[in-house]
Amino acid sequence: MSNWLNFIAAAVAASAPLLFGTLGEILTEKSGNLNLGVEGMMFMGGVAGIAGSYCYELAAGSGYNGWISALVAVICAFGAGMFGALLYSVLTVSLRVNQNVAGLALTIFGTGFGNFFGEVLGNAAGGFVSVGERTKAVFNGVTGLDGPGKLLFSYNFMVYLGLVLAVVLAWFLNSSRKGLNLRSVGESPATADAAGINVTRYKYLATCLGGGICGLGGMYIVMATQGGTWVHNCINGKGWIAVALVIFATWSPLRALVGSLVFGGLSVMRFYFPFGGNIYAPIYDIAPYIATVLVLIAVSIRQRRESQPPNSLGLAYFREER
Amino acid sequence: MREPKTANHREPLVRIAKRSDISQGKAWLIRAVAILLALLTGGLIILALGHNPIAVYKEMITSSLGKPRGIRETVKKAVPLLGCALAIAPAFRMKFWNIGAEGQILAGGIAASYFALFWYDKLPGPVLLLVMALAGLVVGGIWGLIPAFFKAKWGTNETLFTLMLNYIVLGIVRFLQAGPWGPGLNPTSAYPKIPMFDDAARLPQVFGVHIGWIVVLLLTAVMFWYLNYTKHGYEIAVVGESVNTAQYAGMRVPQIIVRTMLLSGAISGFVGFLQVAGASYTLTESTAGGIGFTAITVAWLAKLNPFVMILIALFLGVLEKGADTIQTVYQIPASAAEMLTGLILFFMLGCEFFIQYRLLFRRKGARHE
Repeated sequence: MSNWLNFIAAAVAASAPLLFGTLGEILTEKSGNLNLGVEGMMFMGGVAGIAGSYCYELAAGSGYNGWISALVAVICAFGAGMFGALLYSVLTVSLRVNQNVAGLALTIFGTGFGNFFGEVLGNAAGGFVSVGERTKAVFNGVTGLDGPGKLLFSYNFMVYLGLVLAVVLAWFLNSSRKGLNLRSVGESPATADAAGINVTRYKYLATCLGGGICGLGGMYIVMATQGGTWVHNCINGKGWIAVALVIFATWSPLRALVGSLVFGGLSVMRFYFPFGGNIYAPIYDIAPYIATVLVLIAVSIRQRRESQPPNSLGLAYFREER
Repeated sequence: MREPKTANHREPLVRIAKRSDISQGKAWLIRAVAILLALLTGGLIILALGHNPIAVYKEMITSSLGKPRGIRETVKKAVPLLGCALAIAPAFRMKFWNIGAEGQILAGGIAASYFALFWYDKLPGPVLLLVMALAGLVVGGIWGLIPAFFKAKWGTNETLFTLMLNYIVLGIVRFLQAGPWGPGLNPTSAYPKIPMFDDAARLPQVFGVHIGWIVVLLLTAVMFWYLNYTKHGYEIAVVGESVNTAQYAGMRVPQIIVRTMLLSGAISGFVGFLQVAGASYTLTESTAGGIGFTAITVAWLAKLNPFVMILIALFLGVLEKGADTIQTVYQIPASAAEMLTGLILFFMLGCEFFIQYRLLFRRKGARHE
């Protein structure tokens, strides 16, 4: 029983980065921008987060505060993710580049950016970079809990932030005027434009904020999953799983909660229900990817009306080419 | 008397107008400026790290193109990039976003390695290499066929599908390395590692680089012909432009998708064979090593023109070889190559806008007529 409890708690912790990536991409895609650069933005957010914490700790000396350090990481990661998304927006919205290619370019750039600065930071720190104990403690959450308490209250603040974000995003998209405007931009930009909505502005804002949220996911991987150290190639496809989860969640932030939990569970399953010893570990590790493929196939076979992407997703909008 | 209100309407600061035509020279000038700007941006980053960008770039170029040994290394890096870009070209022209070349390389590599590891003493040398190449082609093709089948039948998102297959096949390689092909075949190794191939399973070299470079150059010409002068190539282009048009013209779109991806996967699988039999003489996790992704850059920057791909592949080969060198000389991480590639891609993608459109700035004091 306690094994199950520990498993579920670990699944929740492992689901958070996927949740951030998924929520960020949902916001982005609702504006009609299919940003395939989630992986890249997560790399950028991850390295910026740890760099921010590391620099703050250096500046503050031995009296640094773990919570301020975590806050710096959040701000830096959000900023870096936004920066990546801004590059993407300039290319696709203003310069009319194909969205698929621009997204892939962002992933290539972001992966290089993350690994490059991660190693630069490691060289500067003498070997590898790691944040201080108090910062790590913040990202470890509350330890020593047991039973239902562990299930509910043992996580770090980012997990709860993700939960709140999902609810807020669901409210924003479904019940607010601005959310309605944003959705109309994604469904039919020409109609939105005719109704006086500034399409370019909405696309830029949604994509950049979405990118910032994706950046938080990368930061979570570095600060929580990897325990506050930079590991080469640490995002390792999580960003791409997030892109797939958007489809799994059929563009609903609340279903993203379920999806990321399932995939988080698949990724930690082997630590709780092992079989066959270490050599089968790689087989276990591909479970989330196989599940993603199955989900993609299932979603495409069951074409339901309410689970369709925004109508203009992936298409650029140029006013003069109507 | 008041002026009519329209007179106060000012022109927007910048207007965009489509260029009716632009000379090839000017278009290439814009692209050259874009590459320069990308290198300049990279230079600023190098400068921020406290190195002299000019010295670093110079080191990159002399180490990769200065000595015969450097040139060989560069070509060795460019060969799989070119081969894989050729594999991606038909899929991308069809607007089938195959980002699974990485996995197709590994799938081909696994198949070729199987024969190299278990059949090297049963088949004569040339036959063995031929069988390995065929195995790479077939299994790479099948690995490319899977997403194409679902795309053709149900419209399953191919971008994510091909990508997920990368991680799945990577897991299989890790499994083989950790178990059956690692300690199982190579018990003396201190850590799990697939053994090196027998000499019979290694590609011969021409001018110091494995013979694959000749094959890939031949393939370049064939692919150019295939894409531009055959019925298949025409069908691919039509499907890429508009599926509806293709259907209206009576083309069997699902069949074209499946066929093209079989080809694309097969060529990637062949690159996997070249990697295991020509470059590393064994199968590792890094047999594909990002080639599948960098090749996308090569293909797109060359505007899917196979002959231009040769130049771009060499250029990125120089970047990668140079990045390896500056890692040892300046302690600048080799990931710099990836970041620079991304930067160049950004600038090259962005500059196409300025080739297609003109920016008209508001003239001083101009008023709307």
